[in-house]
Amino acid sequence: MEELLSLAVKAVFVENLALSFFLGMCTFIAVSKKIATAIGLGISVMIVQALTVPVNNLILTYLLAPGALAWAGFENVDLTFLGLISYIGVIAALVQILEMVLDKYFPPLYNALGVFLPLITVNCAIMGGSLFMVERDYNFAEAATYGVSSGFGWALAIVAMAGVREKLKYSDIPDGLQGLGITFITAGLMAMAFMSFSGVKL
Amino acid sequence: MGLRNFFDRIEPQFLKGGKYEKFFPVYEMVESFLYTPKTVTTVAPHARSYVDMKRIMTYVVIATIPAILFGLYNVGYQVNTAYQTFEPSGWRAGLIDLLGIGFNPANPVGNILHGLTYFLPIYLTTLIVGGIFEVIFATVRGHEVNEGFLVTSMLYALIMPPSAPLWQVALGIAFGVVIGKEVFGGTGKNFLNPALTGRAFLYFAYPAQMSGDTIWTPVDGFSGATALSVGASNGFEELGAYGIDWMSAFLGTIQGSIGETSALACFIGLGFLLITKIANWRLIVGCLGGMIGFSLLLNFIGSETNPMFAMPWYWHLVTGGYAFGLAFMVTEPVSASHTNAGRYIYGALIGFMVVMIRVINPAFPEGMMLAILFGNVFAPLIDYFVVQANIKRRAKRNA
Repeated sequence: MEELLSLAVKAVFVENLALSFFLGMCTFIAVSKKIATAIGLGISVMIVQALTVPVNNLILTYLLAPGALAWAGFENVDLTFLGLISYIGVIAALVQILEMVLDKYFPPLYNALGVFLPLITVNCAIMGGSLFMVERDYNFAEAATYGVSSGFGWALAIVAMAGVREKLKYSDIPDGLQGLGITFITAGLMAMAFMSFSGVKL
Repeated sequence: MGLRNFFDRIEPQFLKGGKYEKFFPVYEMVESFLYTPKTVTTVAPHARSYVDMKRIMTYVVIATIPAILFGLYNVGYQVNTAYQTFEPSGWRAGLIDLLGIGFNPANPVGNILHGLTYFLPIYLTTLIVGGIFEVIFATVRGHEVNEGFLVTSMLYALIMPPSAPLWQVALGIAFGVVIGKEVFGGTGKNFLNPALTGRAFLYFAYPAQMSGDTIWTPVDGFSGATALSVGASNGFEELGAYGIDWMSAFLGTIQGSIGETSALACFIGLGFLLITKIANWRLIVGCLGGMIGFSLLLNFIGSETNPMFAMPWYWHLVTGGYAFGLAFMVTEPVSASHTNAGRYIYGALIGFMVVMIRVINPAFPEGMMLAILFGNVFAPLIDYFVVQANIKRRAKRNA
């Protein structure tokens, strides 16, 4: 239990997907103009991440890993080369389901997110989460914890970013830097503030 | 009034259509440093107040005076003490020798003068380099150079270690002024504290010159750990063995950045800021509450492997940059939360973070700087939630 807790804290703060690995930057920059939308997207990413990482973990353990197909009688089969395509498939299917759920039950959020909702499919933070899970040999419980907490860390980052950007509406930014330019600088400065956690050993 | 006449005579040249119209910000800067600005509110409603930006910023500079004086004394004191065992070397020692002041740590005036030879170059570099960038941006973008820069440069110089190489000082203040403030449009438009942005940039870019045990007293071969790094490696009970008791940490005769060693001097400045209402007391309450609450919790939990868990709150209060940050940086109105309820939360977040970084993160024994930057990032978000809660409450009340 303690290990899972420290894994969660690490995934949220120390190894924040957005501010220390800079994953998922396209949506991070594009959908952080308003706090309300950012919260919606953050929650969506968190849900997708919380589902895909453990599901991919199951697929890896029971279908793809060397010897994983022993239950079906194929002891010497190694299907890890199918990893990338299966993870992407799982992510795409889950995002599709999430999209339909949002369309049906939360139409305002569905409309606000627009094209960025289907784009979660190709959000590198999501893919990164699954790949980190593979690389770090997480078991199922760890994968589930990591999925929820890394998604939460990303959501926290984008919501904080949206807060700062709403404040920056009142500032006087040079013409050449308006829009994306200042957003990238802001992301960099926020990453510097998040470096307060780098080096934490848990 | 010769000077006033001089300004009145040359002013038309800087106004619109004048020969030096482009340099109006420079003229305005010099003039408003010397005289009360002439601009008054022209449109109703009029609220009578003497507190303008110039006065606020000047008050903050005044509030740092105790910290400056004590910082000068302490730098000189530490160097002179080290010179009792080490050979004096370098141009500063030569200058002090030449003036016949001597290296006696018991002589306060000698200490202050010796400290001045370290502080002045750093401060002047900060003023000149930062000032140049400030004026360039003001001239090109047509805003005014205001006294906010004096505050930034003073705070920045005070959180430098005395041995900081001057080119790094220059680089840091340039980063702080340009990236931390001017790209957002100047004073009042930034979201991070510019002085801390510059300092944190240096900290991550040049860790060798910005952290460790050899930088706090600029004497070759001398090594003196700060109270927090002793605490992190050996446990705070061992501080006595390094000659640090609570009183000396409170008064400030310990290793540390130039202006931040003395909690007493910082609290005097803080008192001044609170009396003049420049600093908002809610921020202070929040920050003290967060720090005391979380350190008590850690005391209660305890840890066998990490000695910092046992560090009591009154030690957190006087060591490192806590007092300095509390007095001059947490209270900075621009980068803090703007709602009253938000101020408590913002302060508490910083107080919590400072203890967290100090105790749990072995990479950074000093936590105040990063904790404040972290707080700055979340300040707008805190405001947002406070405002949303207000909207919801009022909607319910008036429903």
